[in-house]
Amino acid sequence: MQSSRQRATYVEESEMRVTGTQAPNVADDSALIARLRIRDQSAMSDLYDRYSSVVYGVALRVLGDTMAAEDVLQEVFLQLWRNPHAFDPGRGRLAPWLAVIARNRAIDLLRKRPPEEEIDEQPIATGINLEDAAAQRMAIEKVRAVLAGLPPEQRRTLEMAFFEGMTHTEIAAKTGDPLGTVKTRIRAALLAVRKAFS
Amino acid sequence: MKDHAQFAEDLALYAMGALDARNCPEMQAHLGECGECRRELEALRADTALLALSTAGPAPPQRARQRLMQAIAATPTKAQTAPRESGSGWPWPRWLFWAPLAASVLLAAFLVHMSMVHDRQVDALRAELQKERVDHARAQEIIAMMSDPKAEHMTLVAQRTSAQPQVKTIYVRDKGHVLVIANNLPQPPANMTYELWLLPADGKPMPCGTFKTDWRGHGMMLHEGAAGVAAKGFAVTMEPEAGSPWPTSEILLQPGQ
Repeated sequence: MQSSRQRATYVEESEMRVTGTQAPNVADDSALIARLRIRDQSAMSDLYDRYSSVVYGVALRVLGDTMAAEDVLQEVFLQLWRNPHAFDPGRGRLAPWLAVIARNRAIDLLRKRPPEEEIDEQPIATGINLEDAAAQRMAIEKVRAVLAGLPPEQRRTLEMAFFEGMTHTEIAAKTGDPLGTVKTRIRAALLAVRKAFS
Repeated sequence: MKDHAQFAEDLALYAMGALDARNCPEMQAHLGECGECRRELEALRADTALLALSTAGPAPPQRARQRLMQAIAATPTKAQTAPRESGSGWPWPRWLFWAPLAASVLLAAFLVHMSMVHDRQVDALRAELQKERVDHARAQEIIAMMSDPKAEHMTLVAQRTSAQPQVKTIYVRDKGHVLVIANNLPQPPANMTYELWLLPADGKPMPCGTFKTDWRGHGMMLHEGAAGVAAKGFAVTMEPEAGSPWPTSEILLQPGQ
């Protein structure tokens, strides 16, 4: 669907700066969600200011189209507004949770799958420090560095699976690589990300 | 049958939705019984979250913010935030005035949430228990039928082909119950099903339920019909998915000679 569109590569992205991410922390997340639950519209405004670059960034990376990425941005935040109970601040952080939801919605759009009516993603405990803007920026830069350091064919395999929503058999068919090689590359890439934080 | 190591190898694909859909049910079944794989899946979900997070950076255009806030303003709200009060004789900072109220609202919201979660869990358990009861009753009925000395056992065989496809019926006339066990019967085409017919001593065939077979040709059905009808036999036809009130195709299986 998006093959003609320009896609940023990890290497290109690694040169971008994290511009829209303010200083989130656990208490802020909990307070924001509590305000959403009492239908405080200003909480949505704060939430947007804090996390819109996370949601928009991943949607744009997947879709390569600003208008489509804006649609995903709108959908993700509206779903959270309609159902703020979908997120439990006691079980994870908003930033990775929103990033995964935005990625999944963008993949649905890319693969022309019907979108989910409700958010059903469970909170994600990354186990790493994302307590403030500086820590989050460091984590992001670290992941980008890991990805930039992967062999090109491994990075490309990971991109096809994660940012293009292709299954491992589709990747194998497209690249001509054996299925086992595709599996191994993806698993090893994820473990490399994990190892960077251990 | 895959072993644990093979499932563990596919977990990364599953975590990012890159495992082929046809492999997902067996993965989900394995995850249901393997705590180690569930823990690893959680860790892999966190890894993929970091991948997604690594794309953060570009700020959306200003119009996106306006569009969202307009949509939110247009969304019906259940409760609005408390209006700001004009100046009063309150001697302490204004937030101290609202703090108990805010705490009460937060506590109420939390309690409502917990109550809803609890209700959902109770409903799910009730539904599960009810299903278990129904399954248990059906199993008891099947055992009773198979051991009932008054039950009439018949074996239906294919009319024109070799005797491989086979349907066994066990009929308890007093109750009107008939148990069907099919073997080597090909899966019916899409939108079609097998239908069993009771052939009374006189009169037209009576529909006795529909059934399908799996990829191995196996199928089973328990039909609870009218009690007391004498059957000279049973027959099977192929019918549309919803079943038919009378046979619309040739008899595929009938009592063997």
